[in-house]
Amino acid sequence: MTARIGVVTFPGSLDDRDTQRAIRIAGAEPVALWHKDKDLKQVDAVVLCGGFSYGDYLRAGAIARFSPVMEPLIEQAKAGLPVLGICNGFQILTEAHLLPGAMLGNDHLHFICRDQKLRVESANTAFTSDFVAGQEIHIPLKNMDGRYVADARTLDMLEAEGRVVFRYLDFNPNGSLRDIAGITNEAGNVVGLMPHPEHAVEPLIGTGRTDGLPFFTSILKKLVNA
Amino acid sequence: MARVVVDVMLKPEILDPQGQAVQRALPRLGFDGISDVRQGKRFELEVDGPVDEAALTRIHELAESFLANTVIEDFTVKVEEVTEAAK
Repeated sequence: MTARIGVVTFPGSLDDRDTQRAIRIAGAEPVALWHKDKDLKQVDAVVLCGGFSYGDYLRAGAIARFSPVMEPLIEQAKAGLPVLGICNGFQILTEAHLLPGAMLGNDHLHFICRDQKLRVESANTAFTSDFVAGQEIHIPLKNMDGRYVADARTLDMLEAEGRVVFRYLDFNPNGSLRDIAGITNEAGNVVGLMPHPEHAVEPLIGTGRTDGLPFFTSILKKLVNA
Repeated sequence: MARVVVDVMLKPEILDPQGQAVQRALPRLGFDGISDVRQGKRFELEVDGPVDEAALTRIHELAESFLANTVIEDFTVKVEEVTEAAK
């Protein structure tokens, strides 16, 4: 039996199908979850995908964070359920305070869409164990509100505890503090990042590389070996 | 009926590129002498029933947990008199 990985669809989610496809390509079974679901259908992990849930009204992720599905998700994430938040999913995780800090509009005020070079800073999370620390990867990035901010004490803590998981290389696309592209929680089971690994799992599309695939094979291996 | 106004502003240390864009446009419009602009949000809540201490406490909770993200924003809550003339 393979691992079952849930993908939540909120009103305004865009990348739920791509994420399900990436999970399937990695060899796991995607399970569609709906924002109104009150349980997680006993999935082994969850991906909160990209898009503009609730139109990004109020703040990106602020309304989605109070969806019915988030109640069991927050509870189980705190108990160790692996959760990956991509782009809007990252914003939802910060709004839910499962990850520290917050996301704000890009400092240049424009939507940005580009192939982004990243450095994997930590292979010690549920979604990065198939990388090696220091590895450089290319992942598509597309967002309006990608500027990661936190106070200096929080940033120092993240750095000291090895919880900065991805950093932008060569070019900071949104004004994120300390070039942070992705972070994890203390236990390493909750990971959020702005770039989109689900768009880089086949050589034909995206960056022409498959640098996004290890996100999904990492979690699959962890779940199957558990 | 009474109105409660919640004002939400980015914390002073957080960069506000929208406010900066507004500020930079001012000289072009002939407005000189404005050195900084910061942009915030204003929520007007029409409250059924009396705005007593219990109601204000609840609105404060609402502002803290939802209308503002206190990681990056500060907020104030104030009661506004709605006069007959203004209706």
